[in-house]
Amino acid sequence: MDAIIIQILNGLDKGSAYALIALGLTLIFGTLGVVNFAHGALFMIGAFCAVTLQRILTLSTVTIDETQKDFLGNPLKVETPYVVNWFGDSAGNSIIDWSVPLAIILAIPVMLFIGYAMERGLIKHFYKRPHADQILVTFGLAIVIQEIVKLFFGANPIPTPAPDMFAGSLDFGVMLGFDPNAIIYPYWRLIYFAFAAIIIGAVFAFLQFTTFGMVVRAGMADRETVGLLGIDIDKRFTVMFGIAAAVAGLAGVMYTPINPPNYHMGMDFLVLSFVVVVVGGMGSLPGAVLAGFLLGILESFASTTWATTTVPGINQIVIYLVAIIVLLTRPRGLMGRKGVMED
Amino acid sequence: MLGLNTRDASLFVIVVILALTAPFLLNPFPAESSLAQFNAGYPDLMQRFAIYGIFAIGFNILFGLTGYLSFGHAAFLGVGSYAAVWMFKLLNYNILPAVILSVIVGGLFALLIGYISLRRSGIYFSILTLAFAQMSFALAYSVLTPITNGETGLQVYTDDPQYLQSADAPSIPHLFGVTMRSTQDIDFGAWSFSFNAGYYVCAVMMIVMFYLSIRIFRSPFGMMLRAIKTNQTRMNYTGLNPRPYTLAAFVISGMYAGLAGGLLAAMDPLAGAERMQWTASGEVVLMTILGGAGTLLGPVLGAGFIKYFENIFSKINENVLHQWFAFLPDGLEDFLVTILYPFVGKGWHLTLGLLFMLVVIFLPGGLMEGGQRIGRIFRKREKKPEVRAKDPEHHPKPSPHVA
Repeated sequence: MDAIIIQILNGLDKGSAYALIALGLTLIFGTLGVVNFAHGALFMIGAFCAVTLQRILTLSTVTIDETQKDFLGNPLKVETPYVVNWFGDSAGNSIIDWSVPLAIILAIPVMLFIGYAMERGLIKHFYKRPHADQILVTFGLAIVIQEIVKLFFGANPIPTPAPDMFAGSLDFGVMLGFDPNAIIYPYWRLIYFAFAAIIIGAVFAFLQFTTFGMVVRAGMADRETVGLLGIDIDKRFTVMFGIAAAVAGLAGVMYTPINPPNYHMGMDFLVLSFVVVVVGGMGSLPGAVLAGFLLGILESFASTTWATTTVPGINQIVIYLVAIIVLLTRPRGLMGRKGVMED
Repeated sequence: MLGLNTRDASLFVIVVILALTAPFLLNPFPAESSLAQFNAGYPDLMQRFAIYGIFAIGFNILFGLTGYLSFGHAAFLGVGSYAAVWMFKLLNYNILPAVILSVIVGGLFALLIGYISLRRSGIYFSILTLAFAQMSFALAYSVLTPITNGETGLQVYTDDPQYLQSADAPSIPHLFGVTMRSTQDIDFGAWSFSFNAGYYVCAVMMIVMFYLSIRIFRSPFGMMLRAIKTNQTRMNYTGLNPRPYTLAAFVISGMYAGLAGGLLAAMDPLAGAERMQWTASGEVVLMTILGGAGTLLGPVLGAGFIKYFENIFSKINENVLHQWFAFLPDGLEDFLVTILYPFVGKGWHLTLGLLFMLVVIFLPGGLMEGGQRIGRIFRKREKKPEVRAKDPEHHPKPSPHVA
């Protein structure tokens, strides 16, 4: 029993990332009908927002401290970050410590802007072109973004730790009445899951309960009629693209403590997220979220020793295998609407 | 000639001449000059030109004619390489059985994957092929280690059986005694040209494959494939089932990829799983689109272009740039070098990505279309071009809206 719970928990954090990226992909596909291969790159930009903020916060002044000497007897150079100078020792250091959560504030406007610029500058011109062209141009864009990030941040993963407060693990088993240390789960992963749930809830609430969201949903169902009613649906879809970019970016920001960001992390996630979207059903938002969590959990179950000894290599291929089966037996995906992209 | 019409025949002859004289053409700069780094006429690179040319020609038969965008073609290249190395391990270093087996294995693997993937079209097809290729990659890395030798890569060891290896045969890949590495260097004044046996094997293969692709393009079968790209629904209505045709095209392009993989292993008897990764599949897509999908010559051009950039452009470093702009005033020199540096050397992928985007946006027909446009500008002066039909592929017209 505890083994099952621990696998479900392990699957949740990866599943959250899949679900968030797949949600953005589906938003873009459902509204604009564009297959965005650069979505993984947006996830990666989000992660590097956190890195950038960390770098900005740790910008330091160098002072020579006469009281401390190194082993040669020379006065020691001490680097003090500006924030420590400005806000004092404890406040300044805790700001640096909290750089990853703080990066959310930076990432939202940055990602909204990038999404907006991308849609207006590039994607707009590809609505009428075949899906293959859309895939190709966004694939090219993903390469360009990746290389630019590599240019500025190098090719190595950059560690960006979570705040100290969340460094440890939660003994989850005790709460459920198991022995201590039977189920332990890092705090940050729990937070990641909660964060993902909040974001997903917010996106759904936005679509469901606001007038803007209502118009967008109407546009997804029948774009032409909405246009005939005198609503500039393109403008709203552009905003949705920005929101999708922001969702991917936030997923990236919060993922940095789990996995140090490097420039190709986006591509790694993108391939899987596409599979998630297809399994969930093209154009179905709940499907994308459901499939994201399902596949994340499935992946973690497949990597148990029991599974890998029964079917060797299953942990590597289980997601693709599921995708192939789903595509062949139920091409519209788990929750896809009948008739949407079924061929 | 050879069952080709005059235009195709002249194109074919040009390709043959270019391929056979490549060692001269690719070394236009004297060996000691400062421009020598732009010479591409060394065996390694020339072999790659030919091999990736074959790979792209094959991919083009699928994508260019039927419009099915496969994102998993590197898998066939990978299994081709593995098959070839296994032949080296089991029989001997003669490349002929190795290459033949790699073609067969590539074809069979393509048959298996194609049979399943082709049940879907459009983006689903792309994702299915991608999923299969990633699965093959993951398996080759982990579980199939006894066959693929995992991360180390498959190679020939001295204790391998090599049942047909005779005592006097060379112990590196060879074709009936002529080793692939044997190179004849000819100095001609300041110039130096190298003629490599391996390159000529690849070049001859590429010429044969190019000829085959012309025949496929011009055959009734090729017309069927085009019909699939243009309007599959209409094809269904005329009572034709597109599946066998697409599957045949998929298998043919898989065999091309298998051949390319086999030749890669024949030039260097080593096969690694990274050849199957989806970035490698993306590369052949880049080559075909960059050159011009659906054209005969485009994929070869694209392959040559990308391999040239990968090997030559990536060698340009800061010092070389400083040398080039040394004639400029210091400040301007540094400025230009700082601007250009991110795009060359290690950053050549950035240039490639930008170039690729520009091609997809402005020149959907690739370099070939660019060439034709330039050609048209020159021809315009002689005669007015006839008004071109707006819809060369005869897409169905939307029915007029009558209330």
